[in-house]
Amino acid sequence: MDVAIVKYNAGNIFSVINAVKRLGIEPKLTDNAEELRKADKVIFPGQGEANTTMHYLRERGLDKVISSLTQPVLGICIGMQLMCRHSEEEDTDCLGIFNIDVRRFEPVRHEDKVPQMGWNTIENCKSPLFKGFERPEFVYFIHSFYVPMSDFTIASTNYILPYSSALHKDNFYATQFHPEKSGKVGERILQNFIEL
Amino acid sequence: MLAKRIIPCLDIKDGHTVKGTNFVNLRQAGDPIELGKAYSEQGADELVYLDITASHEGRKTFTELVGKIAREINIPFTVGGGINELKDVERLLNAGADKVSINSAAIRRPELIDEIASHFGSQVCVVAIDAKQTEKGWYCYLNGGRIETERNLFEWAKEANDRGAGEILFTSMNHDGVKNGFADEALRQLSDSLTIPVIASGGAGKKEHFRDTFVNGHSDAALAASVFHFGEIPIPELKKYLINEGINIRI
Repeated sequence: MDVAIVKYNAGNIFSVINAVKRLGIEPKLTDNAEELRKADKVIFPGQGEANTTMHYLRERGLDKVISSLTQPVLGICIGMQLMCRHSEEEDTDCLGIFNIDVRRFEPVRHEDKVPQMGWNTIENCKSPLFKGFERPEFVYFIHSFYVPMSDFTIASTNYILPYSSALHKDNFYATQFHPEKSGKVGERILQNFIEL
Repeated sequence: MLAKRIIPCLDIKDGHTVKGTNFVNLRQAGDPIELGKAYSEQGADELVYLDITASHEGRKTFTELVGKIAREINIPFTVGGGINELKDVERLLNAGADKVSINSAAIRRPELIDEIASHFGSQVCVVAIDAKQTEKGWYCYLNGGRIETERNLFEWAKEANDRGAGEILFTSMNHDGVKNGFADEALRQLSDSLTIPVIASGGAGKKEHFRDTFVNGHSDAALAASVFHFGEIPIPELKKYLINEGINIRI
């Protein structure tokens, strides 16, 4: 199994490398178009800010490479948001794989702190990504922006409002939460992705 | 709904956990990775590793340890102790820590918070505050509670929040080690005035104290050391209790 992880200027990439290694797979961290195209699976991870990361991807032509991949691709956190059409974060045009816009959480009550930080449940899971789960499982989130519910939604979470915690279209999968930091549940999701 | 978090804290000296432990089935009770894994399996939501070594050599050992923890542990972890400048933060994040906790250095030079937030994002920046209540109110202390400052707890926490801290970890020196409950009144005032999560620390002695700090203190997370290390409150039992009390907890 050849797993490539997209190398770019986002934080937290080492956590994803470590998580894939714990599954017994040695992933390849690369920004080389050929290496990304020929991998069996591609993970597009990250933590960071939409505008600077999109700018970085465009400068290197990685935006076109990622959008044109045909094998299963998993976007994580900012990776998922960048796969959408547009983000309210710094008014950024994104990759447009998912035809939906990323919005900023607007607190309704004082307890609605932004970013959402911590463990929340994923519900209405409908994807092989969540194979083996029989109840709403807890996963780890850190984010200030969210993807609204849409036809691409394969799992939802409630924080201030119900929103998409995972998306799917064709060969593209994405999670707003960090499976690499979500304990055994997260490990299972990564394993499920690898087995797609 | 977002769950309230339970966070065991491990003190590390020269690469080993300092406080004794009462875990069964642990090959090496002093091994921070074994202990972290055991907590993770018991249901801890995050871990905090605090480096209490003073020497340069010790810092290096700790950084290497952070790398090993990152490879083995599959839940978020924060590291703290001896972080004075941006390059300390960078070293620990590069080693694989999810967040760093800064304390005295932030009071001495508050701009450090802005720098961490703009370089790495607010989510990695935990500002730890040790404070004590006297007749004149709540005041912050430096160097593990040894040096008193003129900083008021609530003003400093608000400033840290505004400068870009991602979370506040508040330890009440009046409550720490007494095992008589967290400083829920001060915690509530903090939580209700800040826009970022507040972690309660100092005072955990029984399960009820955790419920109280979530319900009355409005805390987002609760941190403890000895009650977990000595097995006085097993985490699975604590979580079961809190769920029965109607608190949203990850299981």
